[in-house]
Amino acid sequence: MRDTAARAVAAEPARRPERGPVIETRGLTKRYRGGQVAVDGLDLGVPDGSVFGFLGPNGSGKTTTIRMLLGLIDPTAGSVRVLGRPMPAAARAVLPHVGALIEGPAAYGFLSGRDNLLRYDRADPSADPRTRGARVDDALDRVGLAAAAGKKARAYSLGMKQRLGLAAALLRPRRLLVLDEPTNGLDPQGMREIRALVRELAAEGTTVFLSSHLLDEIEQVCTHAAVMARGRLLVQGPVADLAARARGRLAVTTPDPEHAVRILEEHGLTGLLADGDRVSADAPPGDVEPADLSAALVHGGVRVRSFGVERASLEDAFLALTGEGFDVAG
Amino acid sequence: MSRADLTTAVADGVPGAPRRALWTFGILRSELTTTLRRGRTLVLLGVLAAVPVLVGVAVRIETGDGSSAGPDGPHGPAFLAQVAGNGLFLVFAALSATLPVFLPMAVGVVAGDSVAGEAGGGTLRYLLVAPAGRARLLLAKYAAVLAFCLVATLVVAVSALAVGALLFPVGEVTTISGTRIGLGEGLLRAGLIAVAVAVSLTGFAALGLFVSTLTNSGIAAMAATVGVLITVQILDTMPQLDAIHPYLFPHYWLSFADLLRDPLYWDGIVSDLGLQAVYVAVFGSAAWARFTAKDITA
Ligand SMILES: Nc1ncnc2c1ncn2[C@@H]1O[C@H](COP(=O)(O)OP(=O)(O)OP(=O)(O)O)[C@@H](O)[C@H]1O
Ligand SMILES: [Mg+2]
Repeated sequence: MRDTAARAVAAEPARRPERGPVIETRGLTKRYRGGQVAVDGLDLGVPDGSVFGFLGPNGSGKTTTIRMLLGLIDPTAGSVRVLGRPMPAAARAVLPHVGALIEGPAAYGFLSGRDNLLRYDRADPSADPRTRGARVDDALDRVGLAAAAGKKARAYSLGMKQRLGLAAALLRPRRLLVLDEPTNGLDPQGMREIRALVRELAAEGTTVFLSSHLLDEIEQVCTHAAVMARGRLLVQGPVADLAARARGRLAVTTPDPEHAVRILEEHGLTGLLADGDRVSADAPPGDVEPADLSAALVHGGVRVRSFGVERASLEDAFLALTGEGFDVAG
Repeated sequence: MSRADLTTAVADGVPGAPRRALWTFGILRSELTTTLRRGRTLVLLGVLAAVPVLVGVAVRIETGDGSSAGPDGPHGPAFLAQVAGNGLFLVFAALSATLPVFLPMAVGVVAGDSVAGEAGGGTLRYLLVAPAGRARLLLAKYAAVLAFCLVATLVVAVSALAVGALLFPVGEVTTISGTRIGLGEGLLRAGLIAVAVAVSLTGFAALGLFVSTLTNSGIAAMAATVGVLITVQILDTMPQLDAIHPYLFPHYWLSFADLLRDPLYWDGIVSDLGLQAVYVAVFGSAAWARFTAKDITA
């Protein structure tokens, strides 16, 4: 991948004034043949310029939603607008501005990586054939696949295929990227590169909609997030707000755990847990000053080794929301 | 493309303003080259090219040194008896030998796999979000299958012509009507026959395309298409089903021999073309209706 800084600087003028949501769904519902409701009354709003994380356990309807966004399957009910236009009716006008990775990459094994991209680009009637070669090389370069461009795709590893899929999404400058689990199959270095790439694209003004299982990934790159479970949207909004919803934990390390639990209980703390020399509790409400609790402990004769409030992670928020956590819903 | 170009392009990318005409031939060319570059396509063409070689060598061995042996009885495929006397007849003999099964089977494999294979491989969804456009992609696919019909037929014809010229004397052609026409005219007739054979495969190609839109498994679509071919070929030989024979797509296939009459006799060919047109219309529309409304979940 190329130097991020230069690109980001050059791309700065591309920032546009705020526009309406890039993706907007109303009561979006999909019932597959066989009766299963995969997506149920989804109202999603993806702000322009955001990096939007789409979270949910396996089978919660993320890929189904993405297929509807891209016009691959028809909703059973509800509507989708992408870039302000209805899908799938305006697919021909909208999709050239949308790059997508849907449920893993797919390539023609008997073609080289480069020829795969040429084929995908030729499929788009609005792509300029004169710049085709240059755009393909640029995309390969961006995902770090330039050296393997001439190799047959069947000889690619999973991570290389994933990169090729990303390159296909980057064949043209896009206003929206829809990435379904983009770091699937990548090594840690590859994941970091993809995250850097996502940030870079976002800096250029591209809205990125990405589904993921990796909460810390969402936390690291996303500005906004939505959480799905069993086809329903549980919550959506800025990542900071979501994390703030889940209360953090107060943690105390002490050689006198029983004593500490009693004192904290007296001060009205809930969710108390003692584990060896570690005592934790739900973080106190905003009007309680943690320093006062610390003083109370010391005053009560508890020897405190460490004391602190641990910030809630998105994972905590997620677990709090879905309850059952990351299990597949029947 | 320079950095600055990219940036401006991002800035003024406004939906609803595609830069160029909606139809370009890029996708058609892409379909053709992708089809013809597949190992499988090349194997099919190789097998088709080998048929005239086998037939030619067999005839050559049977007739010894290649001296023009007379017709050796009423057995064997059409035109086989004349091959030893005139290598050009190997073209007609090879087309007669491959038309009932080999040629349509190859077409069935390519047509059956055309949409289903891409669906199974997952590439279909990426073509559609490119966006290729469903009707446009289907049309390009059908055009590529038609091109394959022509290429496959020409491979048989050209291979037969080369083998025939190599192993046997080539000269004036005696038509089925018994008149003699010059070699040039004979070659022209051979070309005409090759085109007629290719065109008579179009109906079956449309059927294969339709079958291909029904499943996400390339293998299943190929097997089903070839299965239909064999079934229909069997039905076409059952005298009890005389009444439906005129509606079976292979029924007039061998009428291409009429192009070797003097004067040319068109009735069979016209019936064949009419029937193929009906099949193309029916199964083409069915494929279109199915594909444009289909949920792409693979
Ligand atoms: N083609 C299909 N036909 C019938 N049901 C389907 C189909 N595809 C998905 N489903 C069902 O729809 C539900 C949602 O599936 P979907 O693929 O959208 O989940 P997901 O959130 O993308 O899961 P994952 O994280 O595993 O990718 C699941 O219960 C699944 O069984
Ligand atoms: Mg999925």
